Amino acid sequence: MALNKVGREIPDTYAEQFGVFGSEFENVKPFNAAVHTVNPSKPGESKLLDSIHDAIVKTGIKDGMTISFHHHFREGDYVMNMVLDEIARMGIKDISIAPSSIANVHAPLIDHIKNGVVTHITSSGLRDKLGAAISSGIMDEPVIIRSHGGRARAIERGDIHIDVAFLGAPCCDEYGNANGFEGPSACGSLGYALMDADYADQVVLVTDNLVPYINTKISIPQSKVDYVVKVDAIGDPKGIAKGATRFTKNPKELIIAEYAAKVMMASPYFKEGFSFQTGTGGASLAVTRFLREGMIEQGVHASFALGGITNSMVELLDEGLVGAITDVQDFDTPSGASLARNATHLEIDASMYASPLSKGAMVNRLDMVILSALEIDTDFNVNVITGSDGVIRGASGGHCDAAAGSKMAIIVAPLIRGRIPTVVDKVTTVVTPGSSIDVLVTEVGIAVNPARTDLIEAFKDLKVPQFTIEELRDRAYAIVGKPEPIKFGDKPVALIEYRDGTLIDAVYNCA
Amino acid sequence: MELKQQAVAGTTESSDIMVTIDPVGGDTVEINLESSVEKAFGARIREVIEQTLANLGVTGVCVTAIDKGALDCTVQARTIAAVYRAAGKDGEFDWKEIDAWNA
Repeated sequence: MALNKVGREIPDTYAEQFGVFGSEFENVKPFNAAVHTVNPSKPGESKLLDSIHDAIVKTGIKDGMTISFHHHFREGDYVMNMVLDEIARMGIKDISIAPSSIANVHAPLIDHIKNGVVTHITSSGLRDKLGAAISSGIMDEPVIIRSHGGRARAIERGDIHIDVAFLGAPCCDEYGNANGFEGPSACGSLGYALMDADYADQVVLVTDNLVPYINTKISIPQSKVDYVVKVDAIGDPKGIAKGATRFTKNPKELIIAEYAAKVMMASPYFKEGFSFQTGTGGASLAVTRFLREGMIEQGVHASFALGGITNSMVELLDEGLVGAITDVQDFDTPSGASLARNATHLEIDASMYASPLSKGAMVNRLDMVILSALEIDTDFNVNVITGSDGVIRGASGGHCDAAAGSKMAIIVAPLIRGRIPTVVDKVTTVVTPGSSIDVLVTEVGIAVNPARTDLIEAFKDLKVPQFTIEELRDRAYAIVGKPEPIKFGDKPVALIEYRDGTLIDAVYNCA
Repeated sequence: MELKQQAVAGTTESSDIMVTIDPVGGDTVEINLESSVEKAFGARIREVIEQTLANLGVTGVCVTAIDKGALDCTVQARTIAAVYRAAGKDGEFDWKEIDAWNA
């Protein structure tokens, strides 16, 4: 076992292969970008294919290859199941999949794993039944969990080499000019898919909305596309926007949001031209609303908002409170529609969003970010991947990327959820190192990372209850009791990569 | 306390626990717990139920509990209520005695 700098033991074989986490920027250094094969098109050649089956035949997918997908359709995605079902039917085995993330809707993967069709997985996260199945140990090889910036880096550096990318394209012409913000399955930005289009050996666009040549709004251009397949449906619009945009009435979430907005506005970063990112979920969405009030009152404008975009950010853009939105993914229909109509709503790829090895990720320009947590410990390490029972059920997302890049990373989380404490001695799994986290905001008050003496000074007169993180942990334990440590088996079921590719933690099977 | 009949207290709403008491005679105490927080707090919940039964002087009982993340105080309260109902003394709580356990 090799011990990394957040005190986690990494099995030797994986420690040698990946390296172990040391510090946030120590591996940010020059590198040679990965190369990929290009099959040029000649005049008169058609790219249009009749079926997924034909695309699998044409691209020559065989045992042992790596295929990829994007997760912009979220819980409404039809593409990954459609392609893997056909691959299974054709008797192809030992496939590695490298989707940008995996949702509940992809539970059919369990059978493909058990039948040997899928043998390797890298993803931002795993949910629900699939997460439970992986945690029970159904795979021989551990899943590699990568952040959104980490996936971009892995593709750029060649850690992931994609043989064939199957990319759902909501609006596409026969020669492969595509965007994500028009059509019945519109999802908005195609930011994660743009990586695959750039680096995969072969790119197959799967569309349910074939428009006459030439589709003039182009996110993925014809010059990067090998084939176009027309199918009946690529996604369910209801699933695409699922669960993201509710405005909370939960008093606990509202007080957390109010405190978080106060922390932002009391910080040295809240001034004309500042930048911020907020996520989805009740408290995080409500922060945007409280922040908006403060911006209007104090006449402060933001230069850009980054994300993970929801309608609450689009409203700020429309009101002129935010100068631009840089958008790698949309969580609801209005934000996707804004991308289509607003010249200052910009689609960016995952590398520009968050790659530590790009020549300039947006997270590097970020003043403040609001992030969530399943658990946070007294070292400020954050877990967003494993539940209180040790089962994988979350996603890394852009958590460690935005935390590392921003000047102030704020975690918003309730002190307890039911009987489960959020503030604990040691998180079950480290996804983001505590050195990247600056402030924890709970419903009882905040705790500032003691390393940030400047922020402690800045919040001296802030009218929000302030504690040490140990005091917050004690308050949580006083209510719910101290949880027993989870007993894991000895089989690694997931490796948690830090954004630079080193391992920050390993998840074992649940005994 | 002497148990006369089967009785239930609590719900399966989140942060609650549904406790069913079955008189089985003899001096056994059997607890069947199904908890959404089994790994983190299962042992503690069993301990609270056992301790509460002991405080009430109850034996010859089979407890079936479905827990949805109830706090210790809730586990204790639902157990007490179920035992009193099983003893046909619903509402006749001995508050002085119960207070004494928590002192």
